[in-house]
Amino acid sequence: MEELDGDPTLTFIPGVNSKKRQMCFDWGPGEMLVCETLFKKKEKEEKVPGCPLIYIVRKDIDVYSRILRKLFNESHGIFVGLQKIEEESTGKSRKAQLVRVSKNYRSVIRACMEEMHQVAIAAQDPICGRQYSSQVSILSAMELIWNLCEILFIEVAPAGPLLLHLLDWVRLHVCEMDGLSADVLGSENPNKHENFWNLPGNTQTLTELELKWQHWHEECERHLQDGTFASNPHLESLCKVCRVEIMLGDDNALLEQKELLSNWYHFLVTRLLYSHPTVKPIELHFYAQSSLDLFLGGDSSPEPLDNILMAAFEFDIHQVIKECSIALSNWWFVAHLTDLLDHCKLLHSHNLYFGSNMREFLLLEYASGLFAHHSLWQLGVDYFDHCPELGRVYLELHIERIPLNTEQKALKVLRICERRQMTEQVRSICKILAMKAVCNNRLGSALSWSIRAKDAAFATLVSDRFLKDYCERGSFSDLDLIDNLGPAMMLSDRLTFLGKYREFHRLYGEKRFADAASLLLSLMTSQIAPRSFWMTLLTDALPLLEQKQVIFAAEQTYELMQCLEDLTVGRPEPRKLGGQRSQEDDVETTKVEMLRLALARNLARAIVKEGTLEGS
Amino acid sequence: MEEIFAKFVSQKISKTRWRPVPFGSLQPPETFATGSWDNEENSVSLWCIGDFCNLSTDGGLEGDHQLLCDIKHHGDVIDLQFLDQERIVAASSTGCVTVFLHHPNNQTLSVSQEWIGAHYHIGPCSPSYRSAPCTGIVCNSPEIVTVGEDGRINLFRVGYKEAVRTIDNADSSTLHAVAFLQTPGILTVNSIGQLKIWDFRQQGNEPSQILSLTGDRVPLHCVDRHPNQQHVVATGGQDGMLSIWDVRQGSMPVSLLKAHEAEMWEVHFHTSNPDHLFTCSEDGSLWQWDASTDVPEKSSLFHQGGRNSTLLAHPSSNQLNVNHSLISSWLSTDPAKDRIEITSLLPNRTLSVNSLDVLGSCLLCGTDAEAIYVTRQLF
Repeated sequence: MEELDGDPTLTFIPGVNSKKRQMCFDWGPGEMLVCETLFKKKEKEEKVPGCPLIYIVRKDIDVYSRILRKLFNESHGIFVGLQKIEEESTGKSRKAQLVRVSKNYRSVIRACMEEMHQVAIAAQDPICGRQYSSQVSILSAMELIWNLCEILFIEVAPAGPLLLHLLDWVRLHVCEMDGLSADVLGSENPNKHENFWNLPGNTQTLTELELKWQHWHEECERHLQDGTFASNPHLESLCKVCRVEIMLGDDNALLEQKELLSNWYHFLVTRLLYSHPTVKPIELHFYAQSSLDLFLGGDSSPEPLDNILMAAFEFDIHQVIKECSIALSNWWFVAHLTDLLDHCKLLHSHNLYFGSNMREFLLLEYASGLFAHHSLWQLGVDYFDHCPELGRVYLELHIERIPLNTEQKALKVLRICERRQMTEQVRSICKILAMKAVCNNRLGSALSWSIRAKDAAFATLVSDRFLKDYCERGSFSDLDLIDNLGPAMMLSDRLTFLGKYREFHRLYGEKRFADAASLLLSLMTSQIAPRSFWMTLLTDALPLLEQKQVIFAAEQTYELMQCLEDLTVGRPEPRKLGGQRSQEDDVETTKVEMLRLALARNLARAIVKEGTLEGS
Repeated sequence: MEEIFAKFVSQKISKTRWRPVPFGSLQPPETFATGSWDNEENSVSLWCIGDFCNLSTDGGLEGDHQLLCDIKHHGDVIDLQFLDQERIVAASSTGCVTVFLHHPNNQTLSVSQEWIGAHYHIGPCSPSYRSAPCTGIVCNSPEIVTVGEDGRINLFRVGYKEAVRTIDNADSSTLHAVAFLQTPGILTVNSIGQLKIWDFRQQGNEPSQILSLTGDRVPLHCVDRHPNQQHVVATGGQDGMLSIWDVRQGSMPVSLLKAHEAEMWEVHFHTSNPDHLFTCSEDGSLWQWDASTDVPEKSSLFHQGGRNSTLLAHPSSNQLNVNHSLISSWLSTDPAKDRIEITSLLPNRTLSVNSLDVLGSCLLCGTDAEAIYVTRQLF
């Protein structure tokens, strides 16, 4: 187990008297439920009403920030695009692509920072303003770290261009230095300083750089001798610094100008510029460490940001990620950065305790955090997709727990599941929705859900409901549905029966008695009709038997009689209970008798009809 | 089609609608409304674009849209329509229908009228009523027709507290969308692949006509009517299929066009250029369909074969060719002769495009990736 790097933060739950009561809690996917309780009831304790509320404690509040949401959404797009980068492209083109992706991420962070800054300035409430400002500085720190990682790990600049990149890095991030440049630009010799700071990009070779540096040194010397800067002490001291530093290679001189330098990495880069402009990447951490020590001078201990930057200068990627994970409240940064570095093939497949690697672990944590959000869960899906080991399992578990209050949301969740062949989840979600629909008497919707899930059992349930309604009311409800089942009718036997039964009624209504009769018979003989319904079917046959013309042929009549016998053979004789026979039994017996009579009469007529010669 | 501008707005957009331009005006639309969904607090917002935006922005990009005002909305915004220049009607997942009024002088929105409980369930398991989401709205000032998951159709009139007409249990499944068809007729589509035509002049609770898909009764999610030829109707289904119907005859679609890979959420005929049709889908794409017959080379995307190989050319449409000179290019179904060109308008695949609206040369859409895309140079 890792040791704790700091004391855990304390959060007070309002309304709970922690001296007199205890609290119980339960973990959720991203939050905690807390409420007041008392483990040991002491009888002497007076009955003071406690706090009746249940609290939700969230660690990750960033997810709820309106401005940071844009960060999550935009970076999701970049992430998905990154995963699709062709594997075959190697070498320079791939590196260029990865650098572009890194710059995209950074520009998204910057855009968020800008917007947050605007809101901080415009905030009416000073507390809010402070919160926003601190958020701005966190984002700024994130961009600083990301930028450095881009230079050192992704761009992998060799000596020479390395310093140029570092210069750009410092220049971009240090506001004081920008302020200083503005100062400098307003002076007598702005050109010199523009040339100094606006060095062109990687195109310079080492020799060109050395030549420039030499030229600069000579210019400085000349200006000092001429006393050009006598009027501007800032410039004069800067010039002195340059000359002194160059001549003596002395860091102390530079340190004396500490107030011009805002932090140790500014100091580091300036120092490198003057004395070691051709620094190689592997030498960086020596200078970095000494810069840090010299700058802090034992006054203060390094802050988390300093540790992270130092780890980067030491090319210890794992340490960078670890420190960032601890310092930041949200997995966004480490997840995306690690994923990008993994694409640069910089992370060793470093197995963690439960088998997945660091990239996957961080992505899983980040995506789980997204799923805890009522709205951002849709982004989480794509992250899980790109976690080969455990992503699918996580997705399966999370997606079932999304609350579905409208059909539209349910449809989106179902589409996600169907695309990934998660049939179990599709079935369970459709079942829940179908059940809700049945409760709300929306039988058409219920059927629609069972068709989608290809759930024959539920389709049977819905059909039984229809049949029950029919038996109770004597007519079908929702004819528009039953008449238009289409191929869905094949989903379950009961549904097929329902469709065919309705067709029988239609045929009867259209007076196509022969067709109706054979359909009715086939419903029974093909065993599609449930036994419980046979009596109803036979009763439906009665009017057909009583018609003037003979509808059922002799063969068909025999079959009907067979069905009737099959039905009644299992029935016990109605017993006389204390001399009283139930009414139902009476009705039943009468029905059976009537049927037998009608069948017999029909049989007689049919035999006669079939026996006579046609046309005579 | 030129530049399309995207902006992330920190809320999932369920509906986007252009504000209608005043009749006879040649100006392009400058204001649009959006509704959000799946937030703890949803809102209906009004945005402006272009020169109309007098609000100062620090280096606002050309084409960037600005928020004018917004108002809290209870429940997800499932549908949104402009009633007229100042009023917006929103359908909620709580079964409520709200009319919002825009005050241009101080740029605020306020609730003008509300019908709470317009849609609800009554069933054997629910003793008291349980609210049902209202899924579709269509307006023809001062009348508003709404449909919901409860299978109910309501006809409201602005200013009247009670519904003018209600058809209970109009459908046994969910009604997903509604459109006007030669008022007082309306069209509804439902979860079992049916297109129903209702006439409010008739007293009963039965539709005057029912048309349905052949083959699988896939739920239909959206419907739109051809602006000039009232009998031509387009619907989009859950399987991403675009169906074209002729409601004067037959009970089956005239053509089926395999389109998107997932639910088609909205379909719109272009009002002034009806040979163009726009669809957007859960699969993250927005397509423009061009059926104009004067372009020489196009590709045909008719749905061929499959299990449901029946309905491609409705036999009677040939008679149509003979009797009428002005034939809708949508109804002619000869694959050899008539080709439809399809263009995907969004630069890259995103999460679901939930809604689109097109007016003149301006196209607008909103996505689940919390972004709004606008282009003002469609043609």
